[in-house]
Amino acid sequence: MVLLRRLATAISLLGAVILAGCAGDGSDVQSQKMAAIKARGSLLCGTDGKLPGFSYVGSDGRYAGLDVDTCRAVAAAMLGDGEKVQFRDLNPSERFAALSSGEVDLLARNTTMTLSRDAAGGNGLSFAPTTFYDGQGVMAPSASGIRELKDLAGKPVCVPSGTTSELNLADRMREKSIAFTPLKFQTLDQMWTAYFSGRCAAVSTDRSQMAAYRSILPQPALHTLLPVVMSKEPLTVSTINADPAWADAVRWIVNGLIQAEELGITKANLEAKLAAAKADPSQAELRRFLGVEGEFGRQLALPADFVVQAVRAVGNYGEIFERNLGQSSKLKLDRGMNRLWTQGGLIYSPPFR
Amino acid sequence: MNPTRTPWWRNRRLLPWLVQAAVGLIVLVLVAFLLGNLVRNLANAGLLLTWSWLGNPSGFEISETVIPFDASMPYWRALMAGLMNTLRVVIFGLIGATLLGVVVGTASFSSNGLLRFLSRIYVELIRNIPLLLQLVFWYFVVFLSLPNGAAALQVPGVVLAKSGLYLSWFDSALQWQLPLLENGVWQAPLRISVEFAALLCGLVIYSGAFIAEVVRGGIASVPKGQWEAAISLGFSPLLTLRRIVLPQALRVIVPGLNSQYISLAKNSSLAVACGFTDLYSVSETTLNQTGRAIEVMLILLASYLVIDLVISALMNGLNGLVQLRER
Repeated sequence: MVLLRRLATAISLLGAVILAGCAGDGSDVQSQKMAAIKARGSLLCGTDGKLPGFSYVGSDGRYAGLDVDTCRAVAAAMLGDGEKVQFRDLNPSERFAALSSGEVDLLARNTTMTLSRDAAGGNGLSFAPTTFYDGQGVMAPSASGIRELKDLAGKPVCVPSGTTSELNLADRMREKSIAFTPLKFQTLDQMWTAYFSGRCAAVSTDRSQMAAYRSILPQPALHTLLPVVMSKEPLTVSTINADPAWADAVRWIVNGLIQAEELGITKANLEAKLAAAKADPSQAELRRFLGVEGEFGRQLALPADFVVQAVRAVGNYGEIFERNLGQSSKLKLDRGMNRLWTQGGLIYSPPFR
Repeated sequence: MNPTRTPWWRNRRLLPWLVQAAVGLIVLVLVAFLLGNLVRNLANAGLLLTWSWLGNPSGFEISETVIPFDASMPYWRALMAGLMNTLRVVIFGLIGATLLGVVVGTASFSSNGLLRFLSRIYVELIRNIPLLLQLVFWYFVVFLSLPNGAAALQVPGVVLAKSGLYLSWFDSALQWQLPLLENGVWQAPLRISVEFAALLCGLVIYSGAFIAEVVRGGIASVPKGQWEAAISLGFSPLLTLRRIVLPQALRVIVPGLNSQYISLAKNSSLAVACGFTDLYSVSETTLNQTGRAIEVMLILLASYLVIDLVISALMNGLNGLVQLRER
């Protein structure tokens, strides 16, 4: 059945490639993808769907999370309505095929940006700004006495199959010549079930993800996140390489969310700021950013007020983080590296010029 | 008067040949067009089929392998290790499912009512539940509920724990080695992981139910008179089955078994549901790392195709042996 589903994706990919040439070459120079999204009237967004804080279906039946809000921001900026998104839950090994076959327009699925995923000769993706800086860690039951990597010698470790986590762990263990047994699972649910039932001595994946899963346990204190951080995991939104105009649009919508936080524009004070910008021609930077003047929107083939629409739908980056991952969420993650550059973090938007 | 030559458009020998040639040409042109288009688009997307990546180091580990493997070995070696794991599960699965199927299939003709009843229950229960669910059940519900470490189930020489089934065997120094608990982890010369055990259990029990039905159908196809004649000649029931009924039933059973064997081989790709690293699972990691989706899928398709064709060929050979030799 899994084979069948994979086969269907591969065949649709193959079919799309076979038939693509038949569409004729008189295409719009702007962006086929953006034209398709506007014609469809909704954005197809690939998410995990089962990861608290990033993308999951809440008790009210609505998708929520950092990745989900990024999708909503893009939909709002393009189509004027943050609800015009259709989410597709993808597992780690389906995600790239789904994106390159056009099953989704955008991948916001806690995906690490790497060279081989970006390169045209590799997965051929195009990455937007990073929305979450993460690192891979290890979690083990507190009672197990596992405190560092070498305590894992000879023991089984659960990892998600086909992810950077699997490879990073293999690299680190090989460097330290520690023999271990990786147990790979296709879905995170399976991996966590195996870990919680004690099949693995430890589990290794992104630290934020482990914190998220630990947070929904009845007794989170029974599991310890080891201090080791074994990799850089910049979780980043991606589109396909073949459509640079679409990639630019996504890049600057995400940058807009970051810039909005830097300029102190929130969901609550947005309308006031907009009114102030409209009334006062001397606030040139704010006027350009909010699309009151200038042609940023037109240059990106987006509405002039795309930043306003995005912030109106989901708030600025800081608000999105607070709501889904920060102190007002169940996860209570520290912002850490994900603070703005002005506050000593890594979140930085190039200038809106 | 000269016999007039038949014009070519009314030539009965030439016409069918021409029509076939025309159809053949159209098909050829269509295939060439699609293939050409595929290659052109793949080339434009920078995805033209290449195979050089097969020689790059894989960088990932496989938890249990038949052939030696580590992360520094190339992708082709990883795929080979995955293929070996698939073959291991398929071969043991075929043997187990056949034994189980034959026993259950013949049990449905038993004179013992309870046995007949149990064999029906087994078949109806198992073949009406999806295999994926059964695999998840075996792995997560049955095998992962086993105790671990010192609490593991132990009989002298055999230990069944959450981490696997450990058996005594000769170690490298040809010493008889019992399973030992070292640092909370069992060590033994022979180890069957629970992932493998769960997959094998699921496949054997699932395919066994279908094979039981094939066997039952085969036996039912032997006329009742054959049983009665054998018994009147003083054959015991077991001897009747072995010498009279099964040889005749095999003619019906073998073709049916063929398709069951093929499904078992294909179903083994569900291994990924219970954490066993088979060919499919290795391909998945390879695909994710290299981005060579089409090449990896082609390798995967070809591998399963070859496995199934080999099973088919063997079963066709067997079929030839058991069929009636008519003079």
